Amino acid sequence: MLSVKQHNENVTFSPELLTKFGEVVSRYPEGKQKSGLLPILHLVQAEYGWVSADAMDKVAVYLNILPIEVYEVATFYTMFLLQPKGKYVLEICRTGPCCLVGAERIMGHLQQKLGVKEGEVTADGLFSWRGVECLAACGFGPVLQIGPEYTFYENLTEDKVDELIDNLKAKTE
Amino acid sequence: MARKLLLTHIDVPGINTFEVYRQKGGYVAVEKVLKTMSPEDVVEEVKKSGLRGRGGAGFPTGMKWSFLAKPEGVPRYLVCNADESEPGTFKDRYLMTHIPHALIEGMIVSSFALGAHTSYIYVRGEMMPQIRILERAIAEAKEKGFLGKNILGSGYDLEIYVQPGGGAYICGEETALLESLEGKRGNPRIKPPFPAIAGLYNCPTVVNNVESIATTVPIINLGGEEYAKIGVERSTGTKLISASGNIVKPGVYEIELGLPVEEFIYSDEYCGGIANGKRMKAVVAGGSSVPILPANLILKTAAGNSRLMTYESLADGGFQTGTMLGSGGFIVFDEDQCVVRNTWNFARFYHHESCGQCSPCREGTGWMEKVLHKIESGHGSMSDIDLLWDVQRKIEGNTICPLGDAAAWPVAAAIRHFRDEFEWHILHPEESQTRNFGLAHYADPLEPIVS
Amino acid sequence: MAEAEDVKFKVTIDGIPVEVAPGTSILNAARQIGGDIVPPAMCYYSKLEGSGGKCRTCLVKVSKGSEKDPRPMPKLVASCRTTVMDGMEVQNITSPEVVEARKGVVEILLINHPLDCPICDQAGECKLQDLGYEHGSANTRYEFDRRTFERIDLGDKIQLHMNRCILCYRCVYVANQLTDQRVHGILGRGDHAEISTYIENVIDNDFSGNVIDVCPVGALTDKTFRFKNRVWFTKPVDAHRDCPTCSGKVTLWYKGEEVIRVTARKDEFGEVEEFICNTCRFDQKKTSDWILEEPTEIDRHSVISANHYELFNPPKVVKENPILQEQNREQLARTEKLK
Repeated sequence: MLSVKQHNENVTFSPELLTKFGEVVSRYPEGKQKSGLLPILHLVQAEYGWVSADAMDKVAVYLNILPIEVYEVATFYTMFLLQPKGKYVLEICRTGPCCLVGAERIMGHLQQKLGVKEGEVTADGLFSWRGVECLAACGFGPVLQIGPEYTFYENLTEDKVDELIDNLKAKTE
Repeated sequence: MARKLLLTHIDVPGINTFEVYRQKGGYVAVEKVLKTMSPEDVVEEVKKSGLRGRGGAGFPTGMKWSFLAKPEGVPRYLVCNADESEPGTFKDRYLMTHIPHALIEGMIVSSFALGAHTSYIYVRGEMMPQIRILERAIAEAKEKGFLGKNILGSGYDLEIYVQPGGGAYICGEETALLESLEGKRGNPRIKPPFPAIAGLYNCPTVVNNVESIATTVPIINLGGEEYAKIGVERSTGTKLISASGNIVKPGVYEIELGLPVEEFIYSDEYCGGIANGKRMKAVVAGGSSVPILPANLILKTAAGNSRLMTYESLADGGFQTGTMLGSGGFIVFDEDQCVVRNTWNFARFYHHESCGQCSPCREGTGWMEKVLHKIESGHGSMSDIDLLWDVQRKIEGNTICPLGDAAAWPVAAAIRHFRDEFEWHILHPEESQTRNFGLAHYADPLEPIVS
Repeated sequence: MAEAEDVKFKVTIDGIPVEVAPGTSILNAARQIGGDIVPPAMCYYSKLEGSGGKCRTCLVKVSKGSEKDPRPMPKLVASCRTTVMDGMEVQNITSPEVVEARKGVVEILLINHPLDCPICDQAGECKLQDLGYEHGSANTRYEFDRRTFERIDLGDKIQLHMNRCILCYRCVYVANQLTDQRVHGILGRGDHAEISTYIENVIDNDFSGNVIDVCPVGALTDKTFRFKNRVWFTKPVDAHRDCPTCSGKVTLWYKGEEVIRVTARKDEFGEVEEFICNTCRFDQKKTSDWILEEPTEIDRHSVISANHYELFNPPKVVKENPILQEQNREQLARTEKLK
């Protein structure tokens, strides 16, 4: 079910973020500010790690559109996380060409290494992982990406995955 | 070495910067166009070049441009489709990462030809690094006077903006892309009207693929007629092919259209043959939505002619024995791969990516995925194969946009060419969980089986 | 101007010619002819701008594009969103391809439908029920679990059964075009898309009740009428009142002496004639609130007429052509049985 009971996060966009919003909206003709919705949702997610209902309501106010217009869009596109996730969300490609070169094996390894199932968050709050559809890097598979900058990790092996996770852990400590 | 037009300088260090790109002859096409040509001249050159849309449909680009409505006082838009999401296709990412200025230069040439003063590059949201690269390239070009007001003193103004998507394959469909660019759900529009009449913000709009737009640069530099001499018949010029799967050298290759498929797969200049000394089982030649062909039919047409990398040759034999060049996503399967599993995987992809607007695609893609999963996991029955065939037939051609066809074709082709593998899965439910069907009769170098 | 308005396009649908104004859709041209050659429409609604094109039940074959360009259209087209051209020839029930495709769409619309008609308030006036009866088959080939959602209250008057929804988008258009604060929409994507307000909300405005009338299925139902009676046991009567908000023209649905439901009046294609306000719909349930006109004329096509379904009476060509006979086998057999 795509619904939330209540929302009590109290989101206030920082002046820096609002400046970025303003830059986005300036790209479109007058009155077409709704075009800025996707870029702005990306900015919100990069800032907070996910997109809360409260943040969406504030975006609606900013763009002078109805809140439902934001919900409709945010739930359509798969990149927007509508629940808080781990600090690092590892998104691994699970589509055909990557599977030809072992993506399924890497997904199994990832699950084992992190000790959580797809979509869950590790106990330390650091990691989540999920299979995503084709990332347009089929010649370099298996691949995974990590937001908010969507850094790419290509030609994955079990060892490379271990190294990546250990590095990320070390970075946070 | 074959002729290269887009990736000529791919290995030059710093080619992603304005300076190096310019040193290597970059932005000459912009100068030529703005100083010596009219917009109509540019459209004419592109028409003469015979360039066909590189995003998958293969529609002649020049003709698409000439359809653009030009009412007085209404802005026109060029939107670049960089929502590259078709499984097996990764050429646009490669081009944007390494030679971003090739796209920017093409955008300027194309925008000028169409009379657009604001153009957008819609990049899929997952390509955040490429978005940064393009934004930097735009800033550089602007700083050097190739973008902005009164470009090179020609009186022509142009701004280019990069727009991120949000994770939706369907936004590669041009009207869904326009909806998304307007900040809406990526539901394809019901046509007519076509974007050329009412596109972005209800204004006349052309949507072109990254590679198509970048290709306008060599077309202008060489001249349309000269460009058209490269390639075979109506497949003119060069094409970026994304090669993936079980080959020695996966990657992006620029080929002259007309190259034999066999040479592409086995020569060291390109894929370098099948990896690990295995044999080839099948190929998906143009991205996941085009029909999969068994090895014998991809190398030779049903009539026994050598199959070439062209729109026509790959389509030879129709869907009975042929396939499509599509977006050039060339996926090679070796003898260890399971066609049933791969078909299920693709079906899951289309199910996941269906926008849900029209009923055959919304419900049918999920149905196909479930039936395929049932067969794959060893619980299928013979009637499931016929059911699957019937369901795909009910989707194909009956939907608002081509995603329905794209979901139906791979399933149809898999059953058409690999029915025995499906049957084997059903007859050997336990064995099929531990080993794969293997090569059977359709692998090279055996004779093709023509129905 | 007068001249321009007089221009008419000649269209032939299943061999029956009709002259219509330019800009008319194939579907509306067919409605002008009437009868069995009218394609069914689950999502199109002539009163709602932008509706249609989605359900694909109204697909037809254009066998001749126009007098000027007689080429046939390569694919079946949605008749609700395709405008006629002069000299166009259209095949609906005389095209085996169309009948086959429509059967496919009906089957597909039903695979995830709960088929809970025995407990659904919409039963008897449900467009999907009609569609399934007229164009579907008695069995399903779908053997997986059906998609389910929880039942949701959209305020105290409107109930949402998402399980039954066919995503026609009509209720979204109603909210967009009749009110200025739409709070519900289509969320999610693909076969998990759903009507929702996302944050628990009530649809609360003077015209919100109209989403019930435009819903072709039992996804949006009137909570004040819930489980009160089967529609075919009720007696509809046209009535009006002097309403400050809307036209006040309604249909009252009686059970004995009691008004158990108020709806807008609907035309022969099941479309609301004039949208009504919530006061008329939910709050005026005494006979004394209304000025009665006459018993509502009910299409004999509807089970509400208590005569159940009409006989299938296709053009002669369908009865004579063996291919079309085969395609329409179930419909013809049913007619024989009912005779």
